[in-house]
Amino acid sequence: MSANLLWLIAAATRDTLFMVAVSALIGVALGGPLGIFLATSRKGELFPAEAANRILGMTVNAVRSTPFIILVVAIIPFTRLVTGTSIGTAAAIVPLTIATIPFVARLVESSIREVDPGLVEAARAMGASPLQIVFKVLIPEAKPSIILAITLTVVSLIGYSAMVGAVGGGGLGDLGIRYGYQRFMPEMMLAVVVVLIALVQVVQSTGDLLSRRADKRGRKN
Amino acid sequence: MQPLSTSPHAASTPATDPAGPPIVDFQSVTKRFPATGEGAGDFVALSDVDLSIRRGSITGIIGRSGAGKSTLVRLVNGLERPTSGRVVVDGTDVAALDEKGLRAIRRSVGMIFQHFNLLSARTAYGNVALPLEIAGVPAGEIRKRILPLLDLVGLSDRSSLYPAQLSGGQKQRVGIARALATEPKVLLSDEATSALDPETTRQVLALLKQVNADLGLTVLLITHEMQVVREIASHVAVLDKGSIVEEGDTYSVFSRPAHETTRAFLEGVTGVRLPAFVTSRMESEAAAGRSAVVKVVFTGPTATDPVLAHLGRDLGIDVNILAGAVDEISGKPFGTLVVAIDREVLEPARRFIEARGLTCEVMGYVR
Repeated sequence: MSANLLWLIAAATRDTLFMVAVSALIGVALGGPLGIFLATSRKGELFPAEAANRILGMTVNAVRSTPFIILVVAIIPFTRLVTGTSIGTAAAIVPLTIATIPFVARLVESSIREVDPGLVEAARAMGASPLQIVFKVLIPEAKPSIILAITLTVVSLIGYSAMVGAVGGGGLGDLGIRYGYQRFMPEMMLAVVVVLIALVQVVQSTGDLLSRRADKRGRKN
Repeated sequence: MQPLSTSPHAASTPATDPAGPPIVDFQSVTKRFPATGEGAGDFVALSDVDLSIRRGSITGIIGRSGAGKSTLVRLVNGLERPTSGRVVVDGTDVAALDEKGLRAIRRSVGMIFQHFNLLSARTAYGNVALPLEIAGVPAGEIRKRILPLLDLVGLSDRSSLYPAQLSGGQKQRVGIARALATEPKVLLSDEATSALDPETTRQVLALLKQVNADLGLTVLLITHEMQVVREIASHVAVLDKGSIVEEGDTYSVFSRPAHETTRAFLEGVTGVRLPAFVTSRMESEAAAGRSAVVKVVFTGPTATDPVLAHLGRDLGIDVNILAGAVDEISGKPFGTLVVAIDREVLEPARRFIEARGLTCEVMGYVR
């Protein structure tokens, strides 16, 4: 493989990492709180808001049930509004983020719901406010599970980011399609797949490690 | 069973209590939960409960599961709201407070739980620190307050361990230290020893007794185990189907249980187990030639008197001892003997025994 091709792979990897990192960051920053709200806003919970819970829940379901490739095309006007263009790496970040928010929200919601309700009751009995319960009990107790949720999100984003290549998004997926498929360069296709596999492995192992470190439940002397 | 003598227990609290006004006062409290199933009526967890908890007492509330114990104890710190009635805690009606007012009250009411409810992500130290952080105590102050607390519960050397590294008894000690951190006036215990083995239960109860004595803290504990009440409670209330059926100081209730539920609970602790050769031959009819099986309960100052020996000497009535146990409740002796007395002399024997302040009850007859 020529130096030129290696350079292409390096550049595509950088683009992928950039897209994944930015959309994961924004996605978690917005999807995390949304997930916490979904987990705590039903009747009788910390922030009871039945109607808001239902509307947000339906919105989340709607976005999640739209196939990603359709979502990319459907929100092009919005993408153009945000980034001024509908092609390129920056433009790809918009649909990636939009898809990530509800994904993270549902995962975080289930992480939070797994926290023993007895702990919430104990905190209430101590006189904790709902926000104190969220920050001192729910998030710390759900942390190992939330780390795994974020790991899963990043892994899925690596996969999704390969799809935005189809609309000129750049990155590894784009490289694989244009060189590996359209120019019929199997070695390029193989290289792209190997890099993607490596990325996913690194992300998953790091996430597993961090989650294990945060988890004090199974700890023995 | 055919009780020959029942002395109804006086349940009223004296009007002028030397301990002062009750620390917790339930005043005609009713709690209904909305029906869950189709066509089902509201579930009445508590109906018209009046109960005063003496300042500085250890009061046990005993009842079967579903009797309303958990609901009753959760009314004290406002985790549950009464449908009607007042719950006065140290002069404040908590039922009338809003969520924000409740938070202040909750800091003066500690609570421990059956499953400890410790945060798994925090060490023993961190768990005890939690209520102080919630109350906004500065970090330096928190440190100063936690060390003596961990010392009090005997866990100074375990402060950096996580709950998963602690035994059940140690977890409950952390729970107790945590509940005491904000220096509450009342400690609520929700089946705190039900998940522990008997030995650990005794240790935890001893610790509760100690904090009650040392800190003058009122302990309100709910349990389904009479053993727990006998071990530490100075007062007891029996809850059955949402109503208080019996209450008073533990010794009186234990020695003269008036209600069926109380008797059923007591069977396991103060009752004596009759040998099988007696129970299998026991009849309810008092036919000729049969002996009465009589349960004699020794209480108060006469608990250690040799009454049965006197019975033999003074009246010439011999009794045959079938089973017996001598116990201690609230530090006072309490004995139960099951004896067989010839049916012909049952009446004089009964009068003799009752004249000496003991109770006796005919359980049945054997040939």
